[in-house]
Amino acid sequence: MIYRLIFSSDHLHPTRLIVSNARMEHVGRSFERVEDPALLRGAGRFADDLAEPPGCLHAAFLRAPVAHAEIKSIDTKNALALPGVTAIITGSELAQHTAPFLSGVKVNAPQYALAIERVRHVGEPVAIVVARDRYVAEDALEIIQVDYASLDPVVDPEVAAEPTTQLLHPDAGSNVLHERRFKYGDPDQAFAEAAHVVKTTVRYPRNSCTPIEAFVVLATYHPGENVFEVTANFQGPYTLHPVMARALGLPGNRLRLKTPPDSGGSFGTKQAVFNNIVGLAVAAKVSRRPVKWVEDRLEHLAASTSATNRVTTIQAALDADGHITALDYDQLEDCGAYLRAPEPATIYRMHGNMTGAYTIENLAIRNRVVVTNKTPTGLMRGFGGPQVYFALERVVDLAAARLGIDPLEIRRRNLVPPNAMPHSTAPGAVLDSGNYLGTVDRAEHEGDLAELRARRAQARADGRLYGIGHACIIEPSISNMGYITTLLTPQERARSGAKNGALATASVNFDPSGAVTVQVSSVPQGQGHRTVLAQVVADELGIYPSTIVTATDHDTLKDPWSIASGNYSSRFAGAVAGAAKLAAARIAERLKSIAASDLNVPLSDVELTDGMARAVSNPDNAIPIERIAAKAHWSPLSVPLDAGAGLRETAFWTAPELSEPDTHDRVNSSGAYGFIFDFCGVEVDPLDGAVRIDKYVTAHDAGRILNPTLADGQIRGGFAHGFGAALLEELTYTPDGAFLAGTFSDYCPPYASDMPELKILHDQSPSPVTPTGAKGLGEGNCMSTPVCIANAVADAVGCPVNTLPLTRERILKLISIEEPVDPKPTRIPPLELLGDGHALRGEGSATVPASPEKVWETILDPDHLPAIIPFCHAVEHDGEHTYRVEASFGIGPIRGRFQAQLLLSNLDPGKGLCLNGDATGALGCATGRSEIRLTKCEKGTRVDYAYALLISGKIASVGGRLLEGAVRGQIAEIFGRIAGANTTKTASGLRARLAGWLRVKS
Amino acid sequence: MKPAAFDYARPDTMDEAFDLLEHHGNDAQILAGGQSLAAMLNMRLASPRILVDITRIEALRTVGTFDGAVDVGATVTQDRLLRWPGLTTQPLLTTVLPWIGHPQTRQRGTVCGSLAHGDPSSELPLVLATLGGRVILSNAKRTRTLSAAKFQTGAMRTALEPGEMIVSARFPTAQEGQVYRFHEVSPRRGDFAIVAVAVVADSEGVTVGVGGVADTPSVRRIEWLETDAFTDAMNEFAWDLHATNDVHATAETRRGLVRRLGAKLIEEARDALSLC
Amino acid sequence: MLYLSADGRHPVRFTLNGRYVEGEAEPRLLLTDFLRHEIGATGTHVGCEHGVCGACTVRVDGLVVRACLVYAVQVDGCRVDTIEGMADGDELNDLQLAFQRHHALQCGFCTPGILMSLSQLVEEEPHADGSRVREVLSGHLCRCTGYYGMVAAVMEVLAARRKAKNV
Ligand code: FES
Ligand code: FES
Repeated sequence: MIYRLIFSSDHLHPTRLIVSNARMEHVGRSFERVEDPALLRGAGRFADDLAEPPGCLHAAFLRAPVAHAEIKSIDTKNALALPGVTAIITGSELAQHTAPFLSGVKVNAPQYALAIERVRHVGEPVAIVVARDRYVAEDALEIIQVDYASLDPVVDPEVAAEPTTQLLHPDAGSNVLHERRFKYGDPDQAFAEAAHVVKTTVRYPRNSCTPIEAFVVLATYHPGENVFEVTANFQGPYTLHPVMARALGLPGNRLRLKTPPDSGGSFGTKQAVFNNIVGLAVAAKVSRRPVKWVEDRLEHLAASTSATNRVTTIQAALDADGHITALDYDQLEDCGAYLRAPEPATIYRMHGNMTGAYTIENLAIRNRVVVTNKTPTGLMRGFGGPQVYFALERVVDLAAARLGIDPLEIRRRNLVPPNAMPHSTAPGAVLDSGNYLGTVDRAEHEGDLAELRARRAQARADGRLYGIGHACIIEPSISNMGYITTLLTPQERARSGAKNGALATASVNFDPSGAVTVQVSSVPQGQGHRTVLAQVVADELGIYPSTIVTATDHDTLKDPWSIASGNYSSRFAGAVAGAAKLAAARIAERLKSIAASDLNVPLSDVELTDGMARAVSNPDNAIPIERIAAKAHWSPLSVPLDAGAGLRETAFWTAPELSEPDTHDRVNSSGAYGFIFDFCGVEVDPLDGAVRIDKYVTAHDAGRILNPTLADGQIRGGFAHGFGAALLEELTYTPDGAFLAGTFSDYCPPYASDMPELKILHDQSPSPVTPTGAKGLGEGNCMSTPVCIANAVADAVGCPVNTLPLTRERILKLISIEEPVDPKPTRIPPLELLGDGHALRGEGSATVPASPEKVWETILDPDHLPAIIPFCHAVEHDGEHTYRVEASFGIGPIRGRFQAQLLLSNLDPGKGLCLNGDATGALGCATGRSEIRLTKCEKGTRVDYAYALLISGKIASVGGRLLEGAVRGQIAEIFGRIAGANTTKTASGLRARLAGWLRVKS
Repeated sequence: MKPAAFDYARPDTMDEAFDLLEHHGNDAQILAGGQSLAAMLNMRLASPRILVDITRIEALRTVGTFDGAVDVGATVTQDRLLRWPGLTTQPLLTTVLPWIGHPQTRQRGTVCGSLAHGDPSSELPLVLATLGGRVILSNAKRTRTLSAAKFQTGAMRTALEPGEMIVSARFPTAQEGQVYRFHEVSPRRGDFAIVAVAVVADSEGVTVGVGGVADTPSVRRIEWLETDAFTDAMNEFAWDLHATNDVHATAETRRGLVRRLGAKLIEEARDALSLC
Repeated sequence: MLYLSADGRHPVRFTLNGRYVEGEAEPRLLLTDFLRHEIGATGTHVGCEHGVCGACTVRVDGLVVRACLVYAVQVDGCRVDTIEGMADGDELNDLQLAFQRHHALQCGFCTPGILMSLSQLVEEEPHADGSRVREVLSGHLCRCTGYYGMVAAVMEVLAARRKAKNV
C-alpha cells in the first residue's frame, strides 16, 4: 500500500484536494476521450460489427408465450424441413450437453440455458433454431409446435410467498428460496423504548437500464481441443466464468471467452448474457459450425434480465429529538423465475450500509427471496440501492412529518458526523471518508434550497401542487466478493470456505519502440476507461496520455483476470485504475533503476517527466524514456541486475479491508463508500398527471475525481436512469404473467425532451482504501433520484408515495379526483361476470331477426362454425360440444394463424350457454370464457354476450395498446356472425347485412 | 425481429397499382411510408404475401387545395405537409402535425398511411374526423368518397375493401370565425396518445373530437349554452366513449383526461372566440 | 413496374456516401442488415427494429430515415448517407468534434444515428433553438448520457455556423 495517497489531517475538507505526487498532472483533469474518434465516425468495433467466421450460422430462440406451463411436447419436424435450417436444439437435448447453472443458494431449483419440461416466465427460451440467417431462423420459429399444459402463474411476490400458492420449483419445496434474519445491536429494546415508531410498506417496481445495443454471442467449438471459443458482449463479473464452464462440464481453460473492443452500454444487464453463451456453445457444438445470435429488442425487454422488484416493510424507531435509534427492514425480494447467478446478490449488495448515511446503532433485517413467473433478475445499475433507499428515505420523510421536523433537518440530525470517519456501521461497513454534513450544507447553499422553498410557497399560494424532495444516500463501490456469503449462516460459511476481496488486474507494457500499452480486465461498456487509464498510467511513467494505447477487449485465455474482473459495482476508478497505477508504478521503478545507471546518479535522484528520465539534481542530465525501454528489450544484459528483465508488469490489487463476513454477520460489503445528497422541486399538473421537475440538484462526494468531465457524464447518465425509474419505466406484467412492455413504446426510457436540467456539485474526500483515492460514482443517482423525486411528489400531493414509476396514471390516482357519475348508468344489460378480475373483458349485444329457438339451433350446429369464425380454415368436431378450430386472428394488417379448442357448456336450450376456449399460435396464446344469453324481443332475439380473455405472448408484449379494441372488434364480428348465420349461410351475404343487424354497444 | 418473406412490387402508375391490388386481394398490402407497417412486419404481427410500394407513383404525390379542402395525396409525408406553404388554410393541421411521432418518422410517414392504419391513438384520424373530412378511395373500376366516420370502422379497421386504396384525404379548410385547439397526453412527447382532444369552435358551439379512447376517433357537437353545460356534456361524452385499459392508463384515467382536457380546450376556444 | 419475388435475391444499387455500391437482397432484407452485413458499413447500428430508438438512422435522398423500417430494395437508385460519410476524410466535422468536446457520447452506440439526424438539423435550420434541438433528439434514445452533452454540442455548432456565415 505504499502508493496510497498521503493525506493530511485536513483531508476532510474536501475542496482542498491533497495529492501525493507532484507529477500527477493528467489525473484530475478533463481529457477528450480516446474512444471517441472511432465511435464518432461509425468505426467502433461492437460485437455485431466483427467479422463472422466462414460458415457462420445464425440462431434464434423460440420463447414461451405463457408464464407458467408444462411442456408436453415440441414438434420441430416442419421447421427442420425448412431449407436453410441446420439444427434445432430443445431443452432435452441441451440437458445432455450441460449441467444446471450453479447458484448462490443451495436449493433444488435448477436452471439451464433452455427450459426443461416446464416454462416459468413469458419469453423463457424453449428451443434454439440454427439456420442460414436470422430471417430463416425466424421462419422456423413460426412453425415449431409446442404443446403446453398451463399451470397457475404467480406474479405478485407476496402471493408467491404464501404456502398455498402453486410452486414454481416443486422440488425446492417452497417459492421462498431463501430466508435469513439479522440483528445488529439491540433493535428490540430500541423499538420498545422508542418515542416514535414510523412504519411503511413500499413496492419497488421492475425496471431495466436497457442498453441500446442488446446481447450478442458468437460461439465456435474446436473439437480437436475440446475448446469453446466465444465472443460475447459480456460485462462480468467473471465469477460467472466458472459458472458457465461448470455448466459445460469443462475446466475454465476450455471456455475461451473474448469480449469485443466496444460495447453499446450495459449498466449491469450484460451480465445476464451468460446463459445464452452456454446455449450458443451447445448450438455450435451440435451444428458443428460457428453460430451467432444477436438479441432483438423484444427478447431483451421480455426475457433478458431486470432489476428485482421488492416489497419492503420498514420501521424506524426514533427518540423524542428525531434521532433514529433503530431500523427494521422486512424485505421480500422477487428474483423472477430462477435464482440466476449472482442472485440473490441484489438484496445483499447493500448489506453493510443498510443504515444509509446515518448513525443508527440497532438494526433488524429479515430477507426473503421469492421466485415468481417473471424474467430472472440480475445486475442493474444501482444494484440493490434503489430498492433500499426507496424504503429508507421514504420512512425518514414520514418520520419527519410525524415529529413535525423539517425533512432536511431530521436528516442532518442523523447523518454520520465528520469526526466519526471512518465510521463502522452496525452491519459492518466501514464508511471510509467524507463530510456528509459539509456536503449537505454546501449543496443547500450553492443549490439555493432557500429559493426553491420560496418557489414552493409561492406556487402553493397560487393553488398549484408543488413539492420539494430530499435524499441522502451512501453509494457503495468495489464489491467485496464475500458479501454474498452473508446469506449463509456463520457455520455454513465456515464449511464452504472464505470468500473475500475484490481482485483487480492491470498490465502495463513497454514495447521495443518505447511505446506503452495498457491492458485491463474491466470490460467497459462506454464509460471511457481507456481514456482514464491513459491518464493514470501517464502520470506514473512521466509520459503523455496520447502516446499510450489502452486495450480493454479481453480474452480469458491470454489476458490476466480473476473472478472479480468485469464492469460492475463501480469498481473501475478505485480498483481497476488503482491496479493500473500500481503496475505502472512498478515499471516506473524499473525504468528509474535503468536510468540511474545510465545517468550515473543514485536512484533517488531520478524522476520521470515529460517523456524523459532526468536527474533531479541536474535537469540537463536526461535520457528519453523510450531509449531506456529500447535498451531493456535490445540489450537486456546491460540493464542493472536489480531492475529485473522485461518491461511488462501485471498488478493485482485488492483492498485488505474487504474481509469475509464475521461470525456476527457483519460485513464490509464494499471497498469504498461515496455520499450523495439530492434535492429537487417538482410541480404536479392535476390536469394530466404530469410531473415536471422544476429543479434538481445532486451533490456527490466520490473521493478523488480522475476525470471531471467523465465523472459528470456518469452522474448525468445515472440520473437519466433514476429519472426514468421514478417517472416512466416499468417492465409491466399482468397478474397472470403476460408481459406488456415489449417495445420502446411500451417500455419508456426518457427522451431528450423529458430530461430536466441537472446541477451537479462535487466534494472530494479521497478514499483511504483505493490506490487512486477515487470511489465509484456512476450508480449513485440510480439510488437517490427515484426516492428523491418520490419524496418531492409526496410533498406536492400531500399523500404518501409507495410505488414507482409515477406515471400519469399513478399521479392521477394519488390526487384522486372524484369521478362524476355516468349519466346513463344502465347502458349494458348486466350479465353474470366471469372470474379473473384482470382479464380483458367486454360485453355487447346484437339483435337478430329470428326466434331464440332458431338462433339456438344455429349456435349448436357445428356446420355453422366456419361461417361464424372469421378467417376460419378448418373445424374438427372433437367430442360432444367440443371443437378444434384452425383460424386466423386479424385486425388491420395484423394477422396470425392459431389453433383453438372450443367448448360449449352450461347449455340452457333457447336461453343461453357458455363458450370457452384456448388458442395458441405464433402471435401468442389466449384463454377465454364467454357467456351468451338469448332473449326474445320485438325484432326477434336479442343476443347479449360477455367475455373475459387472457392474452399472452408476443401479441400482448408488443400490441397491448391495441389489444382491447382489436379483441372487441373480432368478438363483435363473431357474434355478429352468430346472429347473421340464422338468415343466410353464405358468409358474404352475412357480411353485407352485418352492419344493419348488429348494434354492438361495447 | 425480421419480417417473413414477401414479394415486392413497385408500380409506377395508378393502373399498375390497381391491377396488383385487384389480382392479389387480401394478400396484398400497400406500403407507403412504412412507419407503422414495417415495424409490424418486423415483429411478424403481419405477414402479407406481397407488398405494393406506391411511393414512386407520381400522381399520388400532390398536395393542394381543392373543393374547400386541403387535398393530400397518398404518398405525401407528414413532414412535407407541414412544410407546405398552403397549410395556413387549416390551422388545426399546423398545430397537430408536430405532435405526430418525431421529426424523423414524419419525414417518411405519410398522412394517408396514418389514416389507413387506423390506430385509435393516432392524431391524423382524429383531425380528419373532427374537421369532418373525407377520404377518396379508388380501385380499378371506381372512385368513392367516404366521410371520416364512415371510413374508419374500428381499431385498425377501415372501410377499405380488397383491391382498393386511398388516393387522397381531404381536410376542410378553415372557415371564417373558427377557432382551433388541440392537446394530447402521452407518456412521452411523440408517443401514442393516451388521450388526444381536438376542438373546433365557432359562434354557435364547439365540435370536440377525442382520440386514444374509443376504437375510433369520436366527435361530438356541443352548442354554447349556459356555463356549466359543457362540463356535463363532456362527462357524458367521456362515459360514452367506453374507454379501455392498457399498459399506460386505465379507463377511468382516460375518462378523467377527456373531461378535463375537453373542458380546458373548450374554455380556451371560447375565450379566443370572444376576443375575435 | 418492378416486381421482385420473395425467394429471389435481387440487385440493389445506390450511392452510399457519394460512392456507387451494389449488392443483392431478398425483398424482405432490411436496409440496416443490407448496409451492415452486405456492404460492411457497420456504423449504422440497430437498437430496436421497430422504429423508436433511432440508432439505425440514415439519410435517404437527404431525408432522415429509420433504416430498420426500410427494405434495401426500396433504396435502389437513391442517395444514401450514413455516419461513415460524415467526416471530411480524416478530419472529423464540426458536429463530431463538438460531440467529443462536450462528452456527448459514452458507449457511442446511439451516436451514429443521432449524428445523422443532427446533420440535417444544422444544415437546414441554422436558427434552431434549444427546444427544437431537444425535439429532434427526441427521435432517438440514448441510455448513457441523459442527452446533456448533445444539446450543448449542437447549440455550439449552430452558433459557430451562424457566425461563420455572417463573417
Ligand atoms: S433500430 Fe431502427 S429505430 Fe431502433
Ligand atoms: S452513448 Fe450509449 S446509448 Fe448513447
